[in-house]
Amino acid sequence: MTDNRNISYGPANALPGDQIAITTNPDTEPFWEKAKARTLTACQCADCGHFRMPPSPYCPECQSSNKSWPELPGTGTVFSFAICTRNPKNGEDYVYVPVVVELDGTDGAHLVSNLGGCDADDVEIGMKVAVDWNPIKDDWVLPVFRPA
Amino acid sequence: MGWAHQDKTAIVGIGATDYYLRGKSWPRTINDMAGEAILKACADAGISIKDVDGFAYYSTAGAGYLDKFDTASLMETLGIPHVGFSATLTSGGGGASGAAGLATAGLMNEDCKYCVTVMALQQLPQHRLGVVVGAAAPNPENSFLQPSGLVGPGYLMSVLARRHMHLYGTRREAFKEIVQATREHALNRPKAIRNKPLEDEEYWSQPMLADPLCRLDFCLETDGAVAFITTTTERAKDCKHPPALIHGAAHGGTRNWGRAFAWMGMQDPDFASSGHKFVADRLWEQTGLTAKDMSCAQIYDHFSCMVLMQLEDYGFCEKGEGNDYVLSGAIRYANRDTVEGAVPVNTHGGNLNEAYIIGLTHVAEAVEQIRGTAINQIEDCEFALSTGGPASLPVSGLILRRA
Ligand SMILES: [Zn+2]
Repeated sequence: MTDNRNISYGPANALPGDQIAITTNPDTEPFWEKAKARTLTACQCADCGHFRMPPSPYCPECQSSNKSWPELPGTGTVFSFAICTRNPKNGEDYVYVPVVVELDGTDGAHLVSNLGGCDADDVEIGMKVAVDWNPIKDDWVLPVFRPA
Repeated sequence: MGWAHQDKTAIVGIGATDYYLRGKSWPRTINDMAGEAILKACADAGISIKDVDGFAYYSTAGAGYLDKFDTASLMETLGIPHVGFSATLTSGGGGASGAAGLATAGLMNEDCKYCVTVMALQQLPQHRLGVVVGAAAPNPENSFLQPSGLVGPGYLMSVLARRHMHLYGTRREAFKEIVQATREHALNRPKAIRNKPLEDEEYWSQPMLADPLCRLDFCLETDGAVAFITTTTERAKDCKHPPALIHGAAHGGTRNWGRAFAWMGMQDPDFASSGHKFVADRLWEQTGLTAKDMSCAQIYDHFSCMVLMQLEDYGFCEKGEGNDYVLSGAIRYANRDTVEGAVPVNTHGGNLNEAYIIGLTHVAEAVEQIRGTAINQIEDCEFALSTGGPASLPVSGLILRRA
């Protein structure tokens, strides 16, 4: 049997967009509208400047409900990740890397995404990544990442 | 310091059904199993079901998260004449041990005299817990999580485990030791589902479900029910067994942990933690004790890595030293007198090996240890810790004391 300490996973891919759906509400919709225009943003407090993700009604630092949606550089750093080998939709072999990205241009806000464009075996915490765009159901677009 | 209600209440009855592999309890129903556990807990306490007048649930009174407990239905079928207390801790399995504190609230407020806490779990094919996250269309909040393909709790926690490995040099050998040590504790337990010795080769050949976690780092998926009865220490004198005094009980947590792995917004050091430090600190403040005073620890083990992080958060070792602590053999029952600083963990085999009834097997084992009737009995067991979670807040902990 395979020794699971020496597995070689090979290329990582974002999950197929045609199996991914999202829903929005008035607090989160600006994030997704910007993504549709291929711009990465995050929810920022318009009063104290603190970032919060996912977007929510109030700023946890100052309780303001004023939001701004700045255009971020679209880069970040891998904060942590997992390596998965089965497509969650149909159970077929599919190597993908769920990743928590610390977004550049924020005070440490995290975005949970997929990392592709490299071998899963080469992903490391601390590596620099850049946003890519994955069209999903209902004409929405999902931000995913590749090595910068 | 101290806690006004310390030792004023006690767990006096425990009851459980057989444990079944996921889906194998059918054609039993959820209330059938819950009822059996409650009736057995009453018999164990030496009280009549008609004496029960309170319910303290957790997991938002969810049974397996998709079914719901309804106090009125249980009263109707079991013949409970009246209740004066019916309450639940919010969120999920994090409240498992803390439900004893909720029962204490009802008892100390004189709302009830004998309070039931129950969990029953039945995972029919259409009700599978491990993929609950992935099955539903994501709500706006989960639309920031689910598209990543982190489809179940183990997938989510693998990301926390990876960060812990990165920050502190934790190795998979430590996760393996947690699985093997608790497997060893399950070998002599007739109800344990995984009860065969686990060799290194078997662990290292498991499929990696979410690297760095393999299949055996994930807990069992089982059906069954567990219940316990809490009453005042005064009334406990008339019960059948020596009381397991509720010496400390706490639930809650900090915003920095919050929704935890359903959020992923945590920063260091909370990200690579169990989220239990707040509750742990409260317990030690309530009791004046430390981790080293515990005779045993029944640590919620839905995933092996989360045992290691709880051991750190409760102070069995320093933060970041869980790897070396575990690998020293300190959590094994067999090493309790030979390894310095050893505190046996999950002497019942835990969720990983015995059964997963969302944390209540841990409370039941803590009670048995305090009574002196456990299968892997600790000599002179004075204090037993049990925990609930890591999960979205609240998480919880409980310290039982021998009278
Ligand atoms: Zn603010």
